[in-house]
Amino acid sequence: MPIRVNDTEVPAPEDARVSLLDLLREHLHLTGTKKGCDQGACGACTVLLDGNRVLSCLTLAAQAEGREVRTIEGIAGAAGELHVLQRGFVEHDGLQCGYCTPGQICSAIAMAEELRRGDPSYVTPDIAAGPAAVTREEIRERMSGNLCRCGAHNGIVEAIEAMLAETAA
Amino acid sequence: MTPLCYVRAGDRADALARVVNGARCLGGGTNLVDLLRQNVEQASELVDVSRLDGDVRESDGGELFIDAAVTNAALAAHPLVRRRYPVLARALLAGASAQIRNMATVGGNILQRTRCMYFYDVDGARCNKRQPGAGCDAREGFDRYHAILGASDQCVATHPSDMCVALAMLDAVVHLSGPGGDRSVPLTDLHVLPGATPQVETVLQPGELITGVELPPPSDAMVRSDYRKVRDRSSYAFAVVSVAGGLGLAEGRVREARIALGGVAAKPWRARRAEAALIGLAPTPEALLAAIREELADARPLSGNGFKIGLVERTVVAVLTTLAGARA
Amino acid sequence: MTKLQNAIIGGVRAVLGQVPASWLPGGTPDPLIDKRVALGGQQSRIDGPDKVRGAARFAAEVAMEDLLYAAFVHSTIARGRIADLDVSDAEAAPGVALVMTYRNAPRIGVPPPIGLTNLKAAGNHTLPILQDPEIHWNGQVVAVVLAETREQADHAASLVRVRYDAAPARTRFEEGKTSASMPESILVERNRLDKGNAGQKFAQAAVTIDGVYTTPWESHAPIEPHAATIAWRDGKLIVHDATQMIHATAGSFAKVFGLKAEDVHVSSPYVGGGFGAKALWDHQILGVAAAKLAGRPVRVALSRASMHRLIGGRTRTEQRVALAADADGKLTALLHHGYGVKPRHSVCDEGFSLTGRSLYACESFDIVQHNVELDLLANSFMRGPGETPGTFAIECAMDELAHALGMDPIELRRRNAATCDPVSGAPHSQSAMMEAYDLGAARIGWHRRAPRPCTRRDGEWWIGIGCATGTFPFTRMPGTSARITLDANGDAHVASAAQEMGMGTATVQRQHAADRLGLPLERVTVAIGDSRLPFASFAGGSSQTASLAAAISAASGKLAIQLMRLAGNDTPLAGLKPNEIEFAEGGLRSVEDPARHESFASILRRAGRGELSAIGESGAPLEVLKYSMHSTSAIFCELRVSEVTGEIRVDRLVGAFDCGRILNAKTAASQFKGGMIMGLGMALTEETLLDERTGRIMSTSLADYHVPVHLDVPDIDVLWTDIPDPRTPLGARGIGEIGTTGVAAAVANAVFNATGKRVRDLPLTLDKLF
Repeated sequence: MPIRVNDTEVPAPEDARVSLLDLLREHLHLTGTKKGCDQGACGACTVLLDGNRVLSCLTLAAQAEGREVRTIEGIAGAAGELHVLQRGFVEHDGLQCGYCTPGQICSAIAMAEELRRGDPSYVTPDIAAGPAAVTREEIRERMSGNLCRCGAHNGIVEAIEAMLAETAA
Repeated sequence: MTPLCYVRAGDRADALARVVNGARCLGGGTNLVDLLRQNVEQASELVDVSRLDGDVRESDGGELFIDAAVTNAALAAHPLVRRRYPVLARALLAGASAQIRNMATVGGNILQRTRCMYFYDVDGARCNKRQPGAGCDAREGFDRYHAILGASDQCVATHPSDMCVALAMLDAVVHLSGPGGDRSVPLTDLHVLPGATPQVETVLQPGELITGVELPPPSDAMVRSDYRKVRDRSSYAFAVVSVAGGLGLAEGRVREARIALGGVAAKPWRARRAEAALIGLAPTPEALLAAIREELADARPLSGNGFKIGLVERTVVAVLTTLAGARA
Repeated sequence: MTKLQNAIIGGVRAVLGQVPASWLPGGTPDPLIDKRVALGGQQSRIDGPDKVRGAARFAAEVAMEDLLYAAFVHSTIARGRIADLDVSDAEAAPGVALVMTYRNAPRIGVPPPIGLTNLKAAGNHTLPILQDPEIHWNGQVVAVVLAETREQADHAASLVRVRYDAAPARTRFEEGKTSASMPESILVERNRLDKGNAGQKFAQAAVTIDGVYTTPWESHAPIEPHAATIAWRDGKLIVHDATQMIHATAGSFAKVFGLKAEDVHVSSPYVGGGFGAKALWDHQILGVAAAKLAGRPVRVALSRASMHRLIGGRTRTEQRVALAADADGKLTALLHHGYGVKPRHSVCDEGFSLTGRSLYACESFDIVQHNVELDLLANSFMRGPGETPGTFAIECAMDELAHALGMDPIELRRRNAATCDPVSGAPHSQSAMMEAYDLGAARIGWHRRAPRPCTRRDGEWWIGIGCATGTFPFTRMPGTSARITLDANGDAHVASAAQEMGMGTATVQRQHAADRLGLPLERVTVAIGDSRLPFASFAGGSSQTASLAAAISAASGKLAIQLMRLAGNDTPLAGLKPNEIEFAEGGLRSVEDPARHESFASILRRAGRGELSAIGESGAPLEVLKYSMHSTSAIFCELRVSEVTGEIRVDRLVGAFDCGRILNAKTAASQFKGGMIMGLGMALTEETLLDERTGRIMSTSLADYHVPVHLDVPDIDVLWTDIPDPRTPLGARGIGEIGTTGVAAAVANAVFNATGKRVRDLPLTLDKLF
């Protein structure tokens, strides 16, 4: 079974040890997905697998067979126009070195869908009811799997708020 | 990582057959792939069981059956879990990150291995769990995250799972399949203390596979429950200690108490002594403190984790005091 | 790397004291201090769109034919020698092209160390690299494996068998203290400062405090791991590196491998976070050597574990600070003694004891620091070296003194604010620390702070507010140069081998060049990040913006002269002298009569020139020898401490900065916040765990080394005085590092205000509270 990466089918690698992350970066030269730790501790390698955010470093490429992978290269529009969240990151300076940025963006896009579904988080006051309001605390808890060392956290949260406001409007 | 082959299990029987022949089960891979890459573990064949059935079903008797392949994220978001077993939803949501919860399976979570830094340092540290008889560098080393209960001279590691602490509190039963057929084991009996064989972490037999977890029908103390995780940063960190607590009250007195502790032992620690001590008492801070102290009477702190005793005491009191004050 | 400039001339300082200010750089204030169009704005970073698309290319992402992947084998002892080395299994493993050990490595010179006189040197230690069986630290590389894939390389590395003859190693801080050395100088300041008879002042003081403050080993932990993609082509070396010192790295490669400077090409357009770590360490040298031996290109991409074995971090420090004051809170004595680790092969001074020399007026000083010489990986410079741990000690001590005096902590600083350099008496170029305090105090709502600890609470949470001063010196590096090229359209193209690792280097210098040349932003481009561009010094010591600004300014001056020459007599500008013209409206014009103007395009067209360029250079930074040039900040923190768990939750941070003029409000705010967040990590969670029994770092993953996560980071307000420094290019001082200073003290002081607990040992983990 092939893997669909940004709407293109690619074969799984022969060596079963190859991670989805290395498949993207070393085999397909889709280097927008970043390797930060290669051990599930930073979130830089976040991609969308069938729409859910996952860590591509701890996913063997073979595990993605028959599934749809969307990477940062597949986030902008068909004509190359930036996604609303990408625009927000630039506008609110939600980045400095830019290395954690693709992971933050993929993660936040999936997070918006989780919020829309009403999935709770550890800081949701009423776990049964789900998040009543999208507070900054909710966003921060849900984005805590994406480390940033330059310290762009405030700008990232502002960019996400802007996206949520724009898509809600 | 040593060269290996990967196969996806077609069904449970296929998975079982491969496991019997020595394949390792791969769930979400969030722990195993890392362990393989760090050469902490070796495998020649991985059988991917993450696409086997992944349902959560309620029985007529009110039990909840959770397939092993259900992801941590799906289980935490499940309406029945959130309503009837909030401690479990909270524990799941306290674990790792959203990305990892989307990958990690219930079966894999149960079988995840310790995060002891000496266990992970294959080249540079001695570890009895990795290499029986080699020695333990965690003792007298960085043992802040290590056990205060149930440890041995051989090993002082802790089990890192949050989910399992809640499952222990909830009297969850783990369903296993193996060459000898199916059986079930209470979660509290699944993990074993290190003793002289720290390499043995569970009662799983060779060739056995976790197929699911069963929760009993919710009792008062399961519904009125909470999980509090104490950690070194506010999110995305393993527990220093954690507390799963639940209370069932009648006329202001404890009818049912459920307490389990994380970050204190090689297994999720069900605090049965403390629970028993509370029955029939008003859940005052003093009574709660006395009860948890009874549980911790056997605690043996290491050089760098003596603070955990007071921390567990205060956290247990706080969690149960809040539950006692909460509306049922 | 701070204060490097002082090395240029030691005793010249005294002479310069007599030289008129107007003779020195900055003697005439930069006109762009006030004349701003693009500068001071809110421009978004120009590389933002590429970065959000994942299109910005980092060092490990350069595609090459025939590439081999490198993996490293590290020593597991701290000192001794290799007794047996068996690489046969590794060599026989699938895909392996080369196993390089000391036995077959090419002769490699020791890289010239980062230092005071050689701007083309980048070495972080002075040990031979894979040349002999000697082991000097736990984690040193003993073998390099090259294979066709990274999976094969990693696997083969695990098959290398090494047996060591271990020798006794010095790995324990406490034991090392007993034989610590006392260096003559720290960076370029004299180490020992004994001025004004401090002993007597302590004896006579109305109030004294005396405490020992400790900070742990810390790691830079950039999200991009160190990486390099390396190729030899026709005897020339190409290295796509992740480095904050492009030319110094290229110069070091030339020296180590015996190459001509022009035969080394280092490219580093984007760096995924540096903070001091992205310099020259063994991995690049070994990668280059292995590529040479294998005859194929090589990709080095360090694992997190290899990073901790090969890239030095900030040393732990133990600092004793004692303060004496009269009854009014006036400081009479400041004692600052301490220890940091500096292995003999290290080139990095952690100059924490320099902090207290510039901050407060004081009658006497007793200052000295000692180096603990251990058998460890060389320590290195990390964001705000010296001042970051130094302010933790000094500023906690100031808070303790305020408490002992029963005085408001801000008032204590007000009474001791320095009006000139407290040690040398040199005038400040500009300093407005108390203005920063006033701004910050108003923003945080300082009046809400309870003077007595343990006063405010909300349920299980104790609430507190604290403040602290941050500080970092101004630095401008000599030698940094820039080329400005005007094209036929009269558009300007700036080029310099400067570095971008998130500071917004090109973004800000584009604003600068536009204003300098009188052009709109869209008619200016800036190229950086490549050793083929004009020489630039490192991105370090918060010096890059000032150095580059001085170079661009100098280039613009040369450009004006060349333009006048080309313009000849057939121009409205005819007859004007250089000091009678200025850049404006895409050309030159008369200062007196703005109607006399000719555009760049017109001048070039008339002269038949397709383009015109000029190179300018940042000259010797003599200004720092005449003036006391330090930025300061006032950091405020409001937080909660759980009396149940001891967990700290920071609810608010405010930083008010006095750093001269701000050049881009958006990117500057980000840099300040970024520094403060690193300070927050230092305060709350960060600690590299070095097992002193073995000298081995155990916290080798980002799961073990806790940098702040989103939920740890509150809303942060940053403010600035925006008062220009008349002695600096653009009126600005560097802002990259000061944000990190003072934060840990502000947090610790807030914790004291909340709980009454004084924790002098970082990080402030929950076990230290209750």
